Amino acid sequence: MTTTTPQTVIAPAPARSATKAATVRRRKQGFQHGGWFVAPFLALFGLFVIWPVVRGLYLSFTDANISGEGASFIGLDNYREALQDDMLWDSLGHSAYFTLLVVPCITVMAFLLAMLAHHIERGKWLWRLCFFLPFLLPSTVAGNLWEWLFNPTAGMVNHVFGLDTAWLADKSYSMLAVVICTLWWTAGFSFLLYLAALQGIPAHLYEAAKLDGANAWHRMVHITLPMLRNITGLVIALQILASLQVFDQAVVMFDFGPGPEDSTRTFVQFTLEEGFTAYRVGYASATSIIFFVIIASVALARMWLLRNREEGAR
Amino acid sequence: MTTTAPQIRVKARRGWTPSQIVLTALGVAVSAVFLSPLVWALFTSLKSETEAVASPTHWLPENWTWQAWSAIFETGNITNWFVNSVVVSVCVTAVVVMTSALAGYGFARTEFRGKGALMGLVMAGLMISPAVLGVPLFTTVQQMGMVDTYWGMILPQCAPASMVYILYKFFQGVPRELEDAAAIDGAGRWRIFFTVILPLSRPSLAAVGIFTFISSWNNFLWPYMVTNNPDLMTMPNGIATIMNSYGIQWAQLMAGGLMASLPLIIVFVFFQRQIVAGVAHTGLAGQ
Repeated sequence: MTTTTPQTVIAPAPARSATKAATVRRRKQGFQHGGWFVAPFLALFGLFVIWPVVRGLYLSFTDANISGEGASFIGLDNYREALQDDMLWDSLGHSAYFTLLVVPCITVMAFLLAMLAHHIERGKWLWRLCFFLPFLLPSTVAGNLWEWLFNPTAGMVNHVFGLDTAWLADKSYSMLAVVICTLWWTAGFSFLLYLAALQGIPAHLYEAAKLDGANAWHRMVHITLPMLRNITGLVIALQILASLQVFDQAVVMFDFGPGPEDSTRTFVQFTLEEGFTAYRVGYASATSIIFFVIIASVALARMWLLRNREEGAR
Repeated sequence: MTTTAPQIRVKARRGWTPSQIVLTALGVAVSAVFLSPLVWALFTSLKSETEAVASPTHWLPENWTWQAWSAIFETGNITNWFVNSVVVSVCVTAVVVMTSALAGYGFARTEFRGKGALMGLVMAGLMISPAVLGVPLFTTVQQMGMVDTYWGMILPQCAPASMVYILYKFFQGVPRELEDAAAIDGAGRWRIFFTVILPLSRPSLAAVGIFTFISSWNNFLWPYMVTNNPDLMTMPNGIATIMNSYGIQWAQLMAGGLMASLPLIIVFVFFQRQIVAGVAHTGLAGQ
């Protein structure tokens, strides 16, 4: 997200007292009613976003179980334990590995699909529908479908490619299988972002370049790619944040288990297991807070990078 | 985001140039790859359970049968799940569109004490999802006694900061002159909002509504956390449990999966233009 500066009213010159009066009136009017506009949302937001964060922070310093009774304050013990918990680091590693594989692949794939759909002159809606369709499936359906496709004997993947791979039972392929499912399932969203951006590039740029004798390759390198830089940044950022939070398809493909030799247990899965299977709500809250800090750092790093680039451009 | 100029349709289409033939062929090939998993799911759902797991596998059913489709209606709670999904998604969409339109406008165009700080909180909320802070959210909802209720499924999905942010950005772009003109005619803030601003923002509201509906219909994680009662499950959750309770019945699972996806595919076909425009304007709406 770009940094938003709240709409500040620029202080008017003293001479123009009429405008100043209008500004003051507007401010006053806004003050009377503005709060009521945001109140319904803030009520829900406070109850289901802010309060859980506060509560989670509190619980993370306790040994609360699922019933929430008889919890006692244990200070930083949960965090200390978390830092030494191999399973936590493993699951974080799995989420990071997944992210590392998915993000570059999906960005390139979405770009290529968008270029293709943009440059074919006939039946544009049909290409859009085809490439976006998988994104409309619920995650569990996508997960089940690929579990079925990767089935070693009756599955289509091995059949079509003449392979004999135990995709979901072999830990060297298990995460790759989740990645393949995810690419197919979610590329459509980034594809639409790219497609919209491509349509926003003014046609006269290409015409001018053509007059100057630039060939298709030059036009892509010198016009298309630079014009798409912002959208690429957005796609990458959204994908990183979404991929770090991977859970649904990974658990569905492995029948709610952690995959062969725990190879696909993601960070979200780890946290939920601690909370709902081991009933360690205090500990799970601590790991949730750690995860929140990771996600927030990624988001803030992006904002910081963007700001630096804007300043650098000036 | 980029302002997309209205696309002017060029009437006289160029013919099939060699490059267009190549590109179209490529498009057909890629689409075939993209759609083949779905086609296979459809064919599997039309096989008998024994034929579905036969090895080596084959594309077309030897005996076409609706057995799996009728079985999911007989054995499972699929009609229940469908109704639950509709109730949850429609309620979430209605509440989100209303509250986020109000909040987006409030943040973009009105002044009140603490606005900057509250806006900062909402921006921070962009980073919080049930995946990130699911356990504390669950205990909060539990505390309110809303586990295994419609309320518990619906309300926590009703505070997406991203939708407020999208509409906030949109309202910032609406010319102030429109409001000023209405204000001179004596309209108050609320009057201006309902008679001037809302009609103007119909496309953006439609996009927000469609995105919310899609993500709510497809939401798996939150209903998975908050319900254990099979009667309260939504489509994606119910489908995910079919396999656990009966062992995997692949033909049924594929039929159920296609059933669960159908409403959104229909929504997409009808609202394609708004969805594409919405993505173009907002670039948000998570997975």
